Amino acid sequence: MGKNEMRMMTWKPTGLALAAIAATAAVALGVPSAMAQRDPAYAAARAAGQIGEQPDGYLGFATTPTPAIRALVQDLNIKRKAAYTASAQSTGSTVEQFAFTSGCNLIAKTKPGEKYQTPGGAWKTRDASPPERDARCP
Amino acid sequence: MNMTKTGARRFAISGRSLAVITGMSALAGCVQIDTPDKPIEINLNINIRQEVVYRLDGDAKKLIEQNSEIF
Repeated sequence: MGKNEMRMMTWKPTGLALAAIAATAAVALGVPSAMAQRDPAYAAARAAGQIGEQPDGYLGFATTPTPAIRALVQDLNIKRKAAYTASAQSTGSTVEQFAFTSGCNLIAKTKPGEKYQTPGGAWKTRDASPPERDARCP
Repeated sequence: MNMTKTGARRFAISGRSLAVITGMSALAGCVQIDTPDKPIEINLNINIRQEVVYRLDGDAKKLIEQNSEIF
């Protein structure tokens, strides 16, 4: 009995800790879906065609940016690079390879009116037709 | 002995004039290079092969879906 009590005593905090971890994990998992929306400033700059998707998987400036837009894009590109780096490690590829593959997808996902960069380096506005992408894109 | 000394000097002189001539011809054939007005493009063709892109495509799609706030 005493032994069981001891066990209960020792297990209780562990159980609480586990619950806390589970709760944290749930919150952490909940965060991306809650944060899944783009920053309104980012969404606006995209829609306005000031910024667009580059073939290398990063955002670029289709027109000379304001300091605010420049800072926004730099921040997003740093976050993208971190995400690419993690995925590159888990897939046994290089950051450039993973970023490029993502760039293929991101250009394909652009909506009409948004800007993207062609393999030749020119900025184009996406229309209803398929975008001009690198020949290696799936 | 004296002969060899003059010979050496002649050599030195001809060497110097040769250097001057080379320098002049280098100036005449000078190529003007301006700084590029376009941004330098990084060539992505170096180590990204199509088979790698195809292999990573599914993971790339997943990453974009799961981190939609930065894409």
